[in-house]
Amino acid sequence: MKIPVCRLADLPRGEACRLDSDPPIAVFHTEDGEVYAIDDTCTHQDASLSDGWLEGCEVECPLHASKFDLRTGAVDSPPAKRPVRTHQVLVEEGTVYVLPQDAPTGLPRQPPGAAVHRVEGRA
Amino acid sequence: MKTVAVVGASLAGLSAARSLREQGYDGRLVLIGDEPHRPYDRPPLSKEFLAGEIDEDALALEAEGEDLAAVWELGARAVGLDTGSRAEHHVRLADGRSVRAHGIVIATGAAPRTLPGSGGLDGVHVLRSLDDARALRADLARGGRLVVVGAGFIGAEVASTARRLGLDVTVVEAAPTPLAGPLGREMGSLVSRLHADHGVRLLCGTGVRALAGRGRVEAVLLGDGRRLAADTVVVGVGARPCTDWLAGSGLDLADGVRCDAAGRTNVPGVVAVGDCAAWYEPAIGAHRRVEHWTGARERPAAAVAALLCGGRGVPQAPRPPYFWSDQYGTRIQFAGHCAHADSVTVEEGAAADRSFLAVYRSAGRPVAVLGLDPPRPFTRWRRRLAGAGSRTTG
Ligand SMILES: Cc1cc2nc3c(=O)[nH]c(=O)nc-3n(C[C@H](O)[C@H](O)[C@H](O)COP(=O)(O)OP(=O)(O)OC[C@H]3O[C@@H](n4cnc5c(N)ncnc54)[C@H](O)[C@@H]3O)c2cc1C
Ligand code: FES
Repeated sequence: MKIPVCRLADLPRGEACRLDSDPPIAVFHTEDGEVYAIDDTCTHQDASLSDGWLEGCEVECPLHASKFDLRTGAVDSPPAKRPVRTHQVLVEEGTVYVLPQDAPTGLPRQPPGAAVHRVEGRA
Repeated sequence: MKTVAVVGASLAGLSAARSLREQGYDGRLVLIGDEPHRPYDRPPLSKEFLAGEIDEDALALEAEGEDLAAVWELGARAVGLDTGSRAEHHVRLADGRSVRAHGIVIATGAAPRTLPGSGGLDGVHVLRSLDDARALRADLARGGRLVVVGAGFIGAEVASTARRLGLDVTVVEAAPTPLAGPLGREMGSLVSRLHADHGVRLLCGTGVRALAGRGRVEAVLLGDGRRLAADTVVVGVGARPCTDWLAGSGLDLADGVRCDAAGRTNVPGVVAVGDCAAWYEPAIGAHRRVEHWTGARERPAAAVAALLCGGRGVPQAPRPPYFWSDQYGTRIQFAGHCAHADSVTVEEGAAADRSFLAVYRSAGRPVAVLGLDPPRPFTRWRRRLAGAGSRTTG
């Protein structure tokens, strides 16, 4: 399933948006111009990671400051202990798409780096 | 540095131990804590844990399989620190042993203040530790009337949780406005309206004269003569830093262990972190104890850097203090220092909806921000404050 998210031009660098899928997905446009998608809900409590603090390839949860790596979903320190799932992102014809992965939330993540694949598009 | 002893095995102590290893320290590491438990998280003790929504396993702060290659001395109380020689210190333990270390991290946190004369009555609680929370949870399960003394964050959270559990709740606050210290009068009064919104009585401007009861508490007697019947009482009147054990150590102890802006004390080789430490805050030009989770989690990295480099390097300035509180389903977030603010304005949302973002300013410059509920604008402002802070200090 390939879900359109928004025009890349409508998602400025350093910003994020939330896809109201089930479960919701957060899509980030980093300062370096990369686009990543991870589960939006923090694995600690019910914070929305798209509301968080984006720095490099990491997002800090807006509530209790655990940081998640956008590339792998890994979490750096408590209070969150489990990684988030990462999802594949495609940018085609200036539109951002997410290909949600099927693995249930909370299952072991895939090997680092395998999840996110960026296809250059015309922004 | 061959041995580092961390005294206090909770959030700040564990964060310091982690930072030591992350920053390449591979010597002997001793963690000393007086509680029998492995490090656990306190914020849920007044929220999900008290409500019975999560169990003790969920409180653990260590990751599964995490190994810091440390010697854990749990159930061991530190009773003294000898800092006689410059290069080596001794932590004396209650059982007579002593731990010799070249570097010391003080992370003994804070202990709840109590009401004089309230000892010995069943049904009277403070809330700081897991054991406190277990006992309080058992009493709340009896239902009935709860009186919370103190409308600070912990008192308000307990009131909120107890209300959700169906108890009849009254909160008593000696000050005319709750939360005036951390939030200022205007916002303190606004936030404390959450109590009334949810059917909790808030009585302000009257202190507690005594607790009455035989064996078990039966009533709270107020300074103005009123008598509140109570089945359970929670005393949430603040905490004092656990620094008694440091008497005679030569450390500067005012309100907490006095430190510079990187956690260094006046004794070389000794740093202090978390609720027990009063770091110098460049933003306000004064020492302050920051009794919040995020400070205890983040600041140890700077203190450990200062400890390991022998005081030569200048660690990165910490971000402005930040805390959250969850009350009655509303999320409260605050960052910065509001003590010297001369104005506060609601910039997004509406105070009447209890969903807004307010900015505190001092001479026109933003110094703090308060958010009720939507986190996104709050995060944006928190970032702005952090950026402004590092510009003025660096
Ligand atoms: C119920 C509750 C709810 C909270 N909710 C929030 C919240 O929502 N948001 C927020 O930002 N903050 C919250 N906090 C505050 C936060 O938990 C603290 O800021 C944090 O725990 C401080 O960590 P610390 O390690 O400095 O101190 P502590 O967690 O107090 O740990 C100090 C440890 O040292 C031990 N110790 C003390 N003296 C000695 C000694 N002589 N020898 C050996 N060990 C000793 C103590 O037993 C304790 O285990 C809450 C606190 C409580 C109690
Ligand atoms: S909700 Fe994300 S760290 Fe707590």
